Amino acid sequence: MSEEREALTMDTFTQGLWKDNPVFVMMLGLCPALAVTNTAANALAMGLATTFVLICSGLLVSLLRKVIPKQVRIASYIIIIATFVTMADYGIKAISLDLYKALGAFIQLIVVNCIILGRAEAYASKNTPLRAVVNGTGMGLGFTIALLSMGIIREVLGSGTLFGAQVMPDRFQPWSIFVLPPGGFFVLAGWLMLFSWLRQRNTKQEVA
Amino acid sequence: MDPNSPMFIFLNAFLINNFVLAMFLGLCPFLGVSGKIKTAANMGAAVTFVMLVSSMCAFGLNIVLAKYNLGFLRLISYIAVIASAVQLVEMTVKRFSPALFRALGIFLPLITTNCAILGLALFQTAREYTFLQSIAFALGAGAGFTLALLLMAGLREKLELADVPDICRDAAMSLMIAGMLSLVFMGFAGLGG
Repeated sequence: MSEEREALTMDTFTQGLWKDNPVFVMMLGLCPALAVTNTAANALAMGLATTFVLICSGLLVSLLRKVIPKQVRIASYIIIIATFVTMADYGIKAISLDLYKALGAFIQLIVVNCIILGRAEAYASKNTPLRAVVNGTGMGLGFTIALLSMGIIREVLGSGTLFGAQVMPDRFQPWSIFVLPPGGFFVLAGWLMLFSWLRQRNTKQEVA
Repeated sequence: MDPNSPMFIFLNAFLINNFVLAMFLGLCPFLGVSGKIKTAANMGAAVTFVMLVSSMCAFGLNIVLAKYNLGFLRLISYIAVIASAVQLVEMTVKRFSPALFRALGIFLPLITTNCAILGLALFQTAREYTFLQSIAFALGAGAGFTLALLLMAGLREKLELADVPDICRDAAMSLMIAGMLSLVFMGFAGLGG
């Protein structure tokens, strides 16, 4: 494979952070991005759990890429991913039961997060283990950043706190709509508008 | 109303805790195939069918898993069941309506990774529903998904003719609409009593 001879560049890592950010640019993995970002702590935990699964499954898929027959590859990837998600699930349960209850079924639902299957199919199955791990880390961090940037806004506006600590003045009346489901949609829409505004401004400057 | 009656569970999954708008499950097809009302209706029907089949299978599987104390295999076996059910639907649709098969495109096989379906199976296990309750839950969730998809498709068909500011075209606009729909659905919360 000619692709493998490409040098391991910084781009392999940063691709997922900004240019191809899974949530804001590719619009993948929206369900957890909206469902568990009502507090910053939940968002961080979810992002890290997803990153763990992304790295481990990327490594294993990449190691086995010459062994797995083409016809059953998707099924094999799903099984590999489900194994690591089960591990993450039991891990979080052991570390913090409160967190486990707050995230609920969404930890197990990492299995069906399209980012992970998408990476396994589009990247890990075609690249060396090292590259797969680097790329997985980048994507995972990009996902975590996206989740955090939503979680922080929703928690600050919705409950006046950040990671559980009071940040807004006492007189601030929390906009509880932001921790409720509609707030998730509105915050994500707001971020997307900001990005497309920035993009438009850049292209206009280039023309001028 | 008795919170354990199948009727209540149906209503709960259908309106009060709508899978898409209140629990954020199944957003990918919700934003992806809600362009036209007809496609949306067909997608809703396909998802409802897969939900019903996988809910029943998951119920049976769970009894077996619980008996032999194999809880850690739950996730893997559920996914396998759902993937087979989707394969079945895919073959049926391809055989009876090639046009619909083309319209649904990539989103048909992607039903496997629709979190609404796995979520349904996991929730019914966590809440220890009986067989009848599980079926009511699956039907309610499927109907709720279809309703959300239809509402969204109807709004987006109208919106195609509207003059929207450049920066909130496409995804941002869809999300704003979804947010407002979600706000509307919060009004059903009183139904639970």
